[in-house]
Amino acid sequence: MSVLVLAESPKGRFKKAAQEVVHYGYQVAQMTGSECIAVVLGSADNPESLGIYGATKVMHVSDSSLDVFDTQHYIAAVKQIAEQVGATVIVVNHSATGKSILGGLAVKLNAGSVSGVNTLPVITDGFRVKKNVFAGKAIAEIQVNSDIKVLSLMGNSVPPVEVGSAAPVEVQTVTLPKSKTVVTGQNTVDGIVPLPEAELVVSAGRGMKGPENWGIIEDLANVLGATTACSRPVADTGWRPHHEHVGQTGVAIRPNLYIAAGISGAIQHLAGVNSSKTIVVINKDPEAPFFKAADYGVCADLFDVVPALTESLKRFKESN
Amino acid sequence: MKVLVCITKTPETTSKIAFTADNTAFSTEGISYIMNPYDEWYALVRALELKEQHSGTVTAINVGPAENDVIIRKALAIGADDAVRIDTDPKSSKEVAVNIAAYAKDKGFDMIFCGKESIDYSGAEVAGMVAAILDLPYFSFVSKLDHDGQTATVERDIEGGVEVATVSGGFVISASKGLAEQRIPNMRGIMMAKRKPLEVIAGQDVQEDVSTISYSLPNEKQGVKMIDAENMDELVRLLHEEAKVI
Ligand SMILES: Cc1cc2nc3c(=O)[nH]c(=O)nc-3n(C[C@H](O)[C@H](O)[C@H](O)COP(=O)(O)OP(=O)(O)OC[C@H]3O[C@@H](n4cnc5c(N)ncnc54)[C@H](O)[C@@H]3O)c2cc1C
Ligand SMILES: Nc1ncnc2c1ncn2[C@@H]1O[C@H](COP(=O)(O)O)[C@@H](O)[C@H]1O
Repeated sequence: MSVLVLAESPKGRFKKAAQEVVHYGYQVAQMTGSECIAVVLGSADNPESLGIYGATKVMHVSDSSLDVFDTQHYIAAVKQIAEQVGATVIVVNHSATGKSILGGLAVKLNAGSVSGVNTLPVITDGFRVKKNVFAGKAIAEIQVNSDIKVLSLMGNSVPPVEVGSAAPVEVQTVTLPKSKTVVTGQNTVDGIVPLPEAELVVSAGRGMKGPENWGIIEDLANVLGATTACSRPVADTGWRPHHEHVGQTGVAIRPNLYIAAGISGAIQHLAGVNSSKTIVVINKDPEAPFFKAADYGVCADLFDVVPALTESLKRFKESN
Repeated sequence: MKVLVCITKTPETTSKIAFTADNTAFSTEGISYIMNPYDEWYALVRALELKEQHSGTVTAINVGPAENDVIIRKALAIGADDAVRIDTDPKSSKEVAVNIAAYAKDKGFDMIFCGKESIDYSGAEVAGMVAAILDLPYFSFVSKLDHDGQTATVERDIEGGVEVATVSGGFVISASKGLAEQRIPNMRGIMMAKRKPLEVIAGQDVQEDVSTISYSLPNEKQGVKMIDAENMDELVRLLHEEAKVI
């Protein structure tokens, strides 16, 4: 019996998502009196470092064909390792990769699955976890009845904590099915924290008037070290790239801080952001619905407020 | 080109969400349903565009009870050629996927399209399950798909960007924003939909490996604290000392 977690290593590097999933697996293992084993697919720097967050062993399938993502390859590899180590709980991140393989893993391992889990399981009465449903308007408590359980863990739900030291790494080989797909390219912005992982997010909407005004949003994000996001019409009109669109039909996020400037707070927008720990709304309309969902509000022109906030933050950063 | 489009229904996006008295079930009272936006706006419309380009058929499939026929007729009105309803009230994503896969298995579909997720439970699981059962390649969150009759080129959303891949032979996708533009059914479509075939097939039961125990509502916000626009230092102080997020 063990808990197996998939620690993603995009471009060979582990990010916070990997730490989170390992530490989540560690806590589940503690509860169930088992151990947390991390599986790493493709190239990765320092796989032993996953021990710091609680993995007792790292199974490294270093086959370089796993450097490109292929759903069938990933499912086959995780399945083989899961069977090898007798995993009863398998956890992946609720990321593009994790979401792509969750359902398939559940089928292949004959397991019950829950996606977007945001709490540790309660195991006193069966195995129960919680997730947001109805676009964050409710929380469902779900029991997994099968012997093997597969979960995807929502980002920023359970903070990673350092609990150990370097873990032993076993290099593994697996049999992969013949790939029927060819990845021909990838176009991503490097160097920024992806939205689902971001702890700090600065977001803006139609109140910005046009894409040429985004400099003040980027300045604010830079001072904070935050990731930028936007409302849907802003992405639809091409003012900002699609991957920045948050909300019901965009990315769902739960950062510690969400700053929204010039966004009205339509219910479909709130759906993707209302799990944020702290929400700051900057809007010149006192009736903007977003204020009802906010912790802090500034009712004024964003073209004055955003630069002033950036300046205050600069002073704060310098004196801290 | 034969495309199967999986459609489901979800509560209308502005619905007020409530539960039965013991909080064990979703209260359907006063809820109106729509076709899941990802299925309707993107998966279905892109399937129709590919059919218009290459000829072929688009079949809509739903796993659900008779009341879902309204949603299915809408898919026919938008342009699907025919439809299938698997007559069972599914309790899990697995049950949906098993039924869709069983239907699709020997029908020779070139592609199976799902939506990115159903916006009620946000599972994003069904499409990947169908692919795994049928041993087909799967691309999640596809925002662009071209097909030259032999090979398809798909662009899928990943963190901070997109990934491009090609595939020959059958495959499954889940559709995200950008794949197509919403189409509104016209009068002619609505009239024609009434005469299009809607086959009803008995479903198979699948062992329930997950069950919802209870629902709760998220904690209400304490109420917004308004900050003077001239005093951003105060906002910074609160974010640091009170909210402890910076
Ligand atoms: C099925 C469905 C799904 C949807 N999904 C999403 C989704 O995922 N994400 C999403 O965001 N939307 C979504 N929408 C759209 C949503 O309903 C709103 O239309 C959208 O969020 C509005 O974007 P906005 O707030 O940027 O623009 P607006 O509603 O136009 O608001 C602009 C705001 O800026 C303020 N403002 C203007 N000028 C200034 C200034 N100088 N200073 C300060 N404030 C100013 C205004 O007071 C206003 O409140 C969806 C809609 C539907 C029907
Ligand atoms: N009952 C259903 N019948 C047909 N297709 C469904 C059903 N439920 C989900 N789907 C499809 O699977 C997609 C993802 O749903 P889900 O995994 O529930 O988030 C939806 O967008 C639909 O395309």
